[in-house]
Amino acid sequence: MTDIFKLLRGSPEDSDYKKKGVIVQGITGAYGSLHAKNMMSYGTNIVAGVTPGKGGQKFEDKVPIYNTVKEAVDTSGAKISIIFVPAKFFLGAAKEALDAGIKLLVAIPEHVPVRDTMQVLDLANKKGAVVIGPNTPGIMIPELIKIGIMPPTPFKAGKIAVLSKSGTLLYEISDALTNSGFGQSITIGIGGDPINGTRMIDAFEMVKDIPDLEGLVVVGEIGGDSEEILAQRIIDIGFKKPTVAYIAGRAAPKEKRMGHAGAIVMGTYGSAESKVSMFNKANIPVAKRPSQVPVLLAGKMQQSD
Amino acid sequence: MRLLEFQAKELFREYGINLLPSKASTTIEEGRKHAKELGYPFVIKIQVPVGGRGKAGGIQKCQNDDEFDLKYPQVLDLTIKGEKARAILLEKMADIKKELYLSLFLNRSKRCYTIIASPEGGVEIESVKNQIIREVGLGDVSEQVAREIAKEMKLDGKAADDFVDILQKLAKLTVEKEAELAEINPLAIMQDGSLMALDGKFVTDDNSNFRHDELQKYQEKTEIEERAEKSGFSLVELDGDIAVVGNGAGLVMSTLDMLSDNGGKPACFLDVGGGATTESVYEALTLISKMNRVKGILVNLYGGIVKTTVVAEAFLKAYDDKLINLPVFARLKGTESEKAKEMLKESRTKIYDSVEDAINAAVMGIKK
Repeated sequence: MTDIFKLLRGSPEDSDYKKKGVIVQGITGAYGSLHAKNMMSYGTNIVAGVTPGKGGQKFEDKVPIYNTVKEAVDTSGAKISIIFVPAKFFLGAAKEALDAGIKLLVAIPEHVPVRDTMQVLDLANKKGAVVIGPNTPGIMIPELIKIGIMPPTPFKAGKIAVLSKSGTLLYEISDALTNSGFGQSITIGIGGDPINGTRMIDAFEMVKDIPDLEGLVVVGEIGGDSEEILAQRIIDIGFKKPTVAYIAGRAAPKEKRMGHAGAIVMGTYGSAESKVSMFNKANIPVAKRPSQVPVLLAGKMQQSD
Repeated sequence: MRLLEFQAKELFREYGINLLPSKASTTIEEGRKHAKELGYPFVIKIQVPVGGRGKAGGIQKCQNDDEFDLKYPQVLDLTIKGEKARAILLEKMADIKKELYLSLFLNRSKRCYTIIASPEGGVEIESVKNQIIREVGLGDVSEQVAREIAKEMKLDGKAADDFVDILQKLAKLTVEKEAELAEINPLAIMQDGSLMALDGKFVTDDNSNFRHDELQKYQEKTEIEERAEKSGFSLVELDGDIAVVGNGAGLVMSTLDMLSDNGGKPACFLDVGGGATTESVYEALTLISKMNRVKGILVNLYGGIVKTTVVAEAFLKAYDDKLINLPVFARLKGTESEKAKEMLKESRTKIYDSVEDAINAAVMGIKK
């Protein structure tokens, strides 16, 4: 199992403890450069950028830009990369990163063809690398490292893990949590695509044994059955930490794709009812509105006291 | 995109999957010509992008000219689950011994293609107990795997050979066209033991459209949908009267849910994507202005770094340009919201601190 904290934070004996290097692929694009700057101001240690043809230049006068990921990895030693390239170039960029030895790949692009994602995951599996996304807002340990496009304001360091398919709902619900005094130990964006590098269940495995974890918030949406599988796993292992879920898309019509490529109900497969009933079976309350999440979480915590 | 039966069959034919003779038409005159070419008896099949056609009377047997003149217009006029006929397929009637089921689909939780086959076809696969399920990675189906499945299906002789052939061709088609689902239900065993695909369902990955110019003729888009796509928006039209606009699919779905919980009827789902700018919000309002059923607009924008004043400018411009004269109920999370409220004070756009307040105001405001 992946020790995500080791990848993101490292161990106290590491020379780069709490300042793990991150490479930004597509650092000179409009989107890539904006978020590279935002990540840097959040405190993420951006050690290199990659844009073919712009090698030798510097980003913001300090971050070296390379033509290839291999050069960036060889020079910086970084094991983490975040990709900001148009969807049609994602396959090439991701393969290059994995071949260069990247162990944590955060895939921001939306509209990546599923076949490309599957090829990337196949390679990642062979290389022992973790892929977050595609179509993810990213991953962060609040107040330590942000690898993604989230605005900083909703998040605060704390002891709640948040897993979310949606980006904006991750911000919305983390904001509500923060305002109620629930900081976050880690937030993982699963992504809105049908095929995810890190599925709900994988993300759960990453966070369930955090020593001082006080609660788990699962932000799901219609489509697929990852919420059901997660709920079943929670039942199977008898996970006892206070857990609350939210499911978006209860009012969505069937067989219509609701913005996210993965947000579609086919028959009963992927329906909100199916997810809500599985969470109920696992004794996990499901919020009706994002603002209800911290209220339900507080209730769960009182019960377990 | 989801292909109609006759479109799926065009692809099946191209890949050499056995089919009965059939022809698609959109007028009775054209249909009459096809009837002559095919000869009676045949089946009249409505072409709609939803299931349950048979139950709704969308599939009719036809023995002669009189029946044709009666039934063709009836089927053409049907609306099934809100969907009107896109075309009519006439297909030769067949002497069937047994119906099977076969599909390949993208297995989301296992992250691979998966074959489902069953010796019981012609019904909804969810209701079939006797399912054979086989995971096939990136979609490569060897002859050996296909044979094993044929054996599990208890097929032999010509039926087994045809099954192997069809399964391998269906897998090739699925991979090459980047389908999320390719289904033949029923896959019929004919009296002579050969296999025929009697129906076809084919759903492709929209995100791979850029690699498939050859499939674009099957694309069915309204003018509004096309414009939305051009702007990078996601739009789903619904039949209520309150347009729902926001940034991020999850947030807009959530807003739709809360609006429905409060008795509101959403007119659309409109996700303007990542950041909100004056231009993107103005374009969203332009699209909504083309939907006659809309009586009010509910806006839910979560921008960590978005200036709400920038969004407010779009509303003001839309009123100034007489693009809209509708009430707007907006929740804008972002910076400078006090200033944005001040800017919109004299307009028909009201800004609320919480989405719940905006929704309540929208539902009450529309009722008035």
